[in-house]
Amino acid sequence: MTNLLSRLFGRGKKGSGATAKDRLRFVLQHDRINLPPERMEEMKREILAVIVKYLVVDKDRVEIDLEQRDRSHSKLVAEIPVVINTPPSAANSVNQSVSAADGSDANGANKGVDTDGNDDAQDGDAEDDDAGKETEDAQTEQRENGEETKDAKA
Amino acid sequence: MGGKVVTISSGKGGVGKTTATANLGISLASLGKRVVVIDADIGLRNLDVIMGLENRIVYDLVDIVEGRSKLRQAMIKHKKFADLFLIPAAQTRDKMAVSPEDMVKLTDELRQDFDYILIDSPAGIERGFRNALEPADEVLIVTNPEVSAVRDADRIIGLIEAADKGPGKLIINRLKTNLVKKGEMLSSEDVFDILGLTIIGIIPEDELVLSASNSGIPVTLNLQSKAGMAFNNVARRVIGEDVPFMNLDENRGIFQRLVRLLDGR
Repeated sequence: MTNLLSRLFGRGKKGSGATAKDRLRFVLQHDRINLPPERMEEMKREILAVIVKYLVVDKDRVEIDLEQRDRSHSKLVAEIPVVINTPPSAANSVNQSVSAADGSDANGANKGVDTDGNDDAQDGDAEDDDAGKETEDAQTEQRENGEETKDAKA
Repeated sequence: MGGKVVTISSGKGGVGKTTATANLGISLASLGKRVVVIDADIGLRNLDVIMGLENRIVYDLVDIVEGRSKLRQAMIKHKKFADLFLIPAAQTRDKMAVSPEDMVKLTDELRQDFDYILIDSPAGIERGFRNALEPADEVLIVTNPEVSAVRDADRIIGLIEAADKGPGKLIINRLKTNLVKKGEMLSSEDVFDILGLTIIGIIPEDELVLSASNSGIPVTLNLQSKAGMAFNNVARRVIGEDVPFMNLDENRGIFQRLVRLLDGR
């Protein structure tokens, strides 16, 4: 009954106060460790690029997050599910994706410079196709961008 | 050591530091304490007008530091309270005219004759803030329940802790109870969750604060004002009294009563 009343009068809806709280949490998390969101994403990509050299992981379920107890206690928590019983055909494609990841290592480094926005020459050096793609997708999110390139190569 | 130095700080400008300092000064004086308030915002003097003492200024903080005035000469006595004094900021100089060591020296002298020395810190995280922070025994951080003010408060809290002056205590200023109830403003609990500091005051939005600054009579002298009462409660908490937080829930309309009834609250 109260729920109905509340809903009728718009009380069940999430107000802008809750949005403010979420945004604050996000922005303070990065302020406190002095690492902006973009750089954090870059770091996650690099971490993952190293791991996939050695292990087969379920990329869709990878979670690397910063947990903050308070202002001076933060920890990076990673959950990276490892794929164990890979069927032969998949194993094959895994090999490919590992080599792709190898390639995208250099790629990732390039992207790091890319955020600074002045590495056209380097990009060109690394791979012509890539350079083209990157300019094309310059607006899209970097992570997506990275995966796209990987897929394309694999 | 004698008196206690309390610095009022915020990070972001315009959240009500000066208003808070003036009102705490008045409230502490009305509680029988000997109080000096210092405007550390050199170049942007304001505490004098908020306290209604602007036309009595002869010397200022920089005159004291540079030896043109004796400490007592520069202190302006409040019209109403014999034991409340203001040391105004210089208007024509900048923050570099005073060093953190100057502030320590000055407040050490004041500690001998006063119970509380309140320092109104300038906004920002530079020299002026360092000046205000260095002599502090306790820091009160004023913030508003909004994203930018809380973010800046967090930054300043970090600096206060790094300077071994923490943990500070929070004054949440200009809380709009009706908006909080609608979910359209951060609540004091939200701010506490995010910043994790003890809250020493919750000041409701109150139009009388503007009238007070218009007339130069701090709002805590107005017994009709909820904000004034809330500031007075902060002063009592500063001196160590255990004062419960006011109920700011003013308009219990028929709808809310109905909801409460149905909810069994």
